[in-house]
Amino acid sequence: MNFPEQIKYAKSHEWLRQDGTTGYVGVSDFAQSELGDVVFVDISASVGDELEAGESFGTIEAVKTVSDLYMPVSGKLLEVNQIIVDKPETINSDPYGDGWMIKIEVTGDASNLLDAGAYGASVGH
Amino acid sequence: MNDQTTTATETAELKRTALYDVHVKLGAKIVPFAGYQMPVSYRGIVAEHAAVRERVGIFDVSHMGEVTVKGPAALDFVQKITVNDASSLAHGQAQYSAMCLESGGIVDDLLVYRRGDDDFFLVINASNIAKDFAWMQQNALEGMELKNVSDDYTLLAVQGPKSADTLRKLASADLDAIAYYHFVDGEVAGVPMIISRTGYTGELGFELYFSSDTATGERVWNAIMEAGAEFGIEPVGLGARDTLRLEMGYCLYGNDIDESTNTIEAGLGWITKINKGVFNGRDVIVKVKEEKPHRKLVGFEMNERGIPRQHYDITVNGERVGEVTSGTSSPTMGKGIGMGYVESRYTGIGSIINVMIRGQAVPATIVKLPILKKG
Repeated sequence: MNFPEQIKYAKSHEWLRQDGTTGYVGVSDFAQSELGDVVFVDISASVGDELEAGESFGTIEAVKTVSDLYMPVSGKLLEVNQIIVDKPETINSDPYGDGWMIKIEVTGDASNLLDAGAYGASVGH
Repeated sequence: MNDQTTTATETAELKRTALYDVHVKLGAKIVPFAGYQMPVSYRGIVAEHAAVRERVGIFDVSHMGEVTVKGPAALDFVQKITVNDASSLAHGQAQYSAMCLESGGIVDDLLVYRRGDDDFFLVINASNIAKDFAWMQQNALEGMELKNVSDDYTLLAVQGPKSADTLRKLASADLDAIAYYHFVDGEVAGVPMIISRTGYTGELGFELYFSSDTATGERVWNAIMEAGAEFGIEPVGLGARDTLRLEMGYCLYGNDIDESTNTIEAGLGWITKINKGVFNGRDVIVKVKEEKPHRKLVGFEMNERGIPRQHYDITVNGERVGEVTSGTSSPTMGKGIGMGYVESRYTGIGSIINVMIRGQAVPATIVKLPILKKG
């Protein structure tokens, strides 16, 4: 199980990679492993939407389950990653790279997100 | 991320099959299912599903229940509690059937194996073992003996186009001589067992019933894995078992059929032999058949992106006309498929219905079963 140090994690298993005010959001290696084969990602929020931390921005579906996706931090949706729309299995193969889901302009405070060690411990790794 | 569909259960009191350690060693994801700790997947549902469609897969389905019925009244009993005509079975033949309440509601669906004139072997769903056995005892006749032998059997399913090639290397019996829905007593890897040409996948396949002893189970499992290696055999969990059966439009008890559904509306009229004589539920079933059911279980595929899930509403022109009972992303077809009950007037093959997915009406087409059309 891989939890890179340079990103922050939400207890709801999304990650945030922040560079200045720009952020990328995806789901953790633990999340993709628990889900199994991801077959469909539905980003219900639209580009330009201002979303609160904890607000749902879409759903992720594996063969057997559907789960909501939550904003790890407040922000404005700038872009949806077309790769995960066209090839949702990319989330299984590369959850922190090509499997990112949305690009946002971070408008809120991300300081309460977990670091890699704390998140890893919270999921038993 | 918040999982909406799976439920956690206490794992403390759960039973394990004889092959539990094998599954753990293979890295299976283990989930609670019907009182057992069962493997839901090993390498991934999509890969396991493809292995069965294209090559061969092995499933541990030992959680299933088995009941023996013996004695001069055995046939009369089976005729009374099931809807299919067991008198038509030859020795060594099996049939798909259902047990019904007097209301016509389905107690369980099952396989009825005839081992002799007065000797039947019933295979029931794991989640229903206690309920079914109590129901059978309540309906027992003079001159027959019922035994719940569920804990005595390991049940392995070997399914896929290469299943016969795999088992042929290990079996004492001539597998090619076993017709569909027939079985023989034979040996695989030197272990005595019932070799049955049945399955829940729509592929060529066999189900093997033998001693629930751990060492025996591991011996048979390992021998089959070794024999199937040249064909790319894979262990397959309950996840792919569900997607495989759903592509075929096979009912799953608890999803598509239960005590509130009858066999006619469930599309199981073909196993319901109203002319065989009296049986539990017959009066209601005859009436439903005469009056035509007001709803029917249909199979459908999504016309647009979206995956139907159990309990999603089905609508036509904005009006609720039914509910999804099973739904998934079909690994073979690469799109959403499902089954559900729909008001009969909207159930024509080719009819367009809508599945309500998170508030959006997503169109789907009702298709003839099986949902997956094989080339």
